[in-house]
Amino acid sequence: MEVPILKQGLYLIASIQSALTDADLSELREALIQRVGKFRARGVIVDVTALDVMDSFAVRTLRDIAHMARLRGAETVIVGIQPEVAFAMVQLGLTLKGVATALDLEEGLAFLDRHAQSRLAQGKGRVEHD
Amino acid sequence: MTDAVNVPIAADVDVVTARLRGRELAAQAGFSSGDQTVVAAAISEIARNILMYAKRGEISLNVVTNGDRQGVVVVARDQGPGIRDVARAMQDGYSTSGGLGLGLPGAKRLMDDFEVASLVGQGTTVTMKKWRHLKG
Repeated sequence: MEVPILKQGLYLIASIQSALTDADLSELREALIQRVGKFRARGVIVDVTALDVMDSFAVRTLRDIAHMARLRGAETVIVGIQPEVAFAMVQLGLTLKGVATALDLEEGLAFLDRHAQSRLAQGKGRVEHD
Repeated sequence: MTDAVNVPIAADVDVVTARLRGRELAAQAGFSSGDQTVVAAAISEIARNILMYAKRGEISLNVVTNGDRQGVVVVARDQGPGIRDVARAMQDGYSTSGGLGLGLPGAKRLMDDFEVASLVGQGTTVTMKKWRHLKG
């Protein structure tokens, strides 16, 4: 089950449509990291609203996506973690430490906009290197 | 026992099938959607353990009634290498596979009852249950 990745401006939006296998999650990680470079994306949103469960593999993969994307110059935000899923994650002892999260797609986009603005304000934007 | 469901585990897609079946069964047994997710997450961890350590095995799912309680019973069996030190495997962060080491202790926290029986060289059986009170 391939996860569609949409490009919206400087952002990539991956919206998970159903339960994913470990292999699907790994493919999503590769596809996103590759596309961050291809589209020179500054932000990545992974929408997990439709994900049935966030187990240890899913959490590790999402964390890897966020850290790898940051190394490639893009900020990641995970959106749409459902209340039951959050509850089970906490019981399992899983955290997304160091990874931005937001309630939904709208909040995620707002987060990335704010992040991009603060980078520009701090003179850290890639545009400074031109 | 009624409605036994057996899911063979031999590929990562089977992990998804097992947790979806577990969720269905918990839903049929009247568990809240929160508890359905908890059961599904525990199954996901245990099924992945089978794949990682034993390559193949089976998960059987059952609904049982015990007095005024109804439970979902998940039994995960494999004929893999077994666990040398079950007490250690139950500790957070202990992993021999390079994983997060949250599989067994995490699943235990999610469920109400949790037992591991393992013999080195013969395999592992994990039995875990989630209960809910039937309204009288």
